[in-house]
Amino acid sequence: MISSKVVREDILRMIHTAGSGHPGGSLSLVEILIYLYWKEMKIDPENPDWEDRDRLVLSKGHGAPALYSVLARRGYFSVDKLDSLRKLGSGLEGHPHMQSLPGLDCSTGSLGQGLGIAAGLALGLAMKKSPARVFCILGDGELQEGSIWESAMSIPALKQKNIIVVVDRNHVQLDDAVNKIMPVEPLAYKWRAFGWAVAECDGHDPADIERAFSTKANKPLVIIAETVKGKGISFMEDQAQWHGRVPDKEQLKKALGELK
Amino acid sequence: MKATREGYIEGLLEAGERDTRVVVVDGDVSRSTGTIAFKDRFPDRFFNLGIAEQNMAEYSAGLALAGFIPFYSTYAVFAAGRAWDQIRTSICNMNLNVRIGGAHGGTSVGPDGATHQALEDIAITRVLPNMTVLVPADANQTRQAVLASLDIDGPVYIRYGRNQVAELYNREESVVPGRGRLLRDGKNASIVAVGAMVSIALDAAGMLSKKGIEVSVVDMVSIKPLDIQLLQYLSDVTELIVTAEDHQIAGGLFGAVSEYMSENCPGRIIPVGINDRFGCSGTPDQVMKHCGLTAEAIVGKVEKAVKIR
Ligand SMILES: Cc1ncc(C[n+]2csc(CCOP(=O)(O)OP(=O)(O)O)c2C)c(N)n1
Repeated sequence: MISSKVVREDILRMIHTAGSGHPGGSLSLVEILIYLYWKEMKIDPENPDWEDRDRLVLSKGHGAPALYSVLARRGYFSVDKLDSLRKLGSGLEGHPHMQSLPGLDCSTGSLGQGLGIAAGLALGLAMKKSPARVFCILGDGELQEGSIWESAMSIPALKQKNIIVVVDRNHVQLDDAVNKIMPVEPLAYKWRAFGWAVAECDGHDPADIERAFSTKANKPLVIIAETVKGKGISFMEDQAQWHGRVPDKEQLKKALGELK
Repeated sequence: MKATREGYIEGLLEAGERDTRVVVVDGDVSRSTGTIAFKDRFPDRFFNLGIAEQNMAEYSAGLALAGFIPFYSTYAVFAAGRAWDQIRTSICNMNLNVRIGGAHGGTSVGPDGATHQALEDIAITRVLPNMTVLVPADANQTRQAVLASLDIDGPVYIRYGRNQVAELYNREESVVPGRGRLLRDGKNASIVAVGAMVSIALDAAGMLSKKGIEVSVVDMVSIKPLDIQLLQYLSDVTELIVTAEDHQIAGGLFGAVSEYMSENCPGRIIPVGINDRFGCSGTPDQVMKHCGLTAEAIVGKVEKAVKIR
């Protein structure tokens, strides 16, 4: 398993080199993605199109740098490629574009669409009697999109079992704190009311993440992962302004020095 | 006389029979649009997701990712409009094999009025990369459009209507993307029409012929890709094209033909269509008349332009 430090270093360097990107919501995803790609998902990086692989739909597509780092470290493509984030022809598009890079199961970037796509994909896989599961990661601000709740309603109604949702609850969106812009809480209560089993965990604690994923339920499962936007970097943590800001040379140095 | 939606359902049932990858996603209008027939025949391949068009488009994208060929349908205003960002960013951007059935296209839903008359759907679908846009003119052609879509790589939008229209084609005449149909050949002018306007264009051609003006009539069933060979032929023969569509002039058939012609062919293009307004209640015939979608309107435009020259 790769260390979260390496992935955070990748994210910071990539965004610094690219000159644009979203550090805050990438840094909050790190432990969740590492857990998924090293422990939970049945995948074969040598064979990225394997039909029965588990899928990931990163609905909050702006977290792409975290996903790219994890995919590279897991062996889907060369780690050297990470330097080419957002560069013409690199395949590391600003938001994931599945035809451009091995290991991507879905293109995303317009918030609110990933859950329904993951649901349709899970439905299709179930119809084909594939053992594959679909994981879908949502932002907490993203839950303001009405289409999310259309899908939240239909997944339990169709008794879909092969989909697991993770909410990266970092409490901050683009402009400000989620509960200042448009509150989405109480989240566990809302998902339960829509027919879901809910597990909560510390989204930066691998053991606690694993515990949440092992929840047994006869309903679809949503894991609400308590996270920190900009996790690991003192001056980025909980700061909306670091949603889409690029660390300059000094800030990069400082940030890399802080990582444990 | 038969509604194109009947052809859509016939095509859908046959498609479902032919290919087990065909699934249907509906948004609580299956009794209204007729897709309930697919549910009755293939209950395991039919999903009614309720009044949630964005979710329908998203599920369809996911089903296509899993290797299925989903047909999702609802009224065209909602199928294309409500879920447009999903169509753009998920379905077209990933070039997925989703088929979108735009039911009740144009003014065909007459009495329901402006909210339900899809007069912009061609414009907003044809502008999207990877999308094929088919606007069949009768029930047989609609059935063929559905069947043709099975072999198209990438997303397809099929627009059809609710009211009865004249039968123009036999059952076996296939639809080919990028191919229009030359229904009548004349040297004085050309009418390029789609959907419900095709039979009206033929009526207009008959009326013009009596006045000594011979016009070609083309059914541009494939708005995207456009049949540029046929347009080239028309421009070689005639200097005037009148487009006729049950849709906004801006961005629809007139837009598509003008875009190609202005770059490649000399000549004039004059539109008959909805001129920057919403529809209203009335029978489809009344609304079409009210909005100027008639054979007389086409005749008037052709006559005037031919006389000027
Ligand atoms: C439909 C849509 N609207 C707006 C945006 C612009 N946008 C990108 S990220 C973001 C905030 C997302 O907040 P959240 O879901 O909480 O993600 P995180 O905080 O984890 O980055 C916004 C508004 C978008 N990508 N898609």
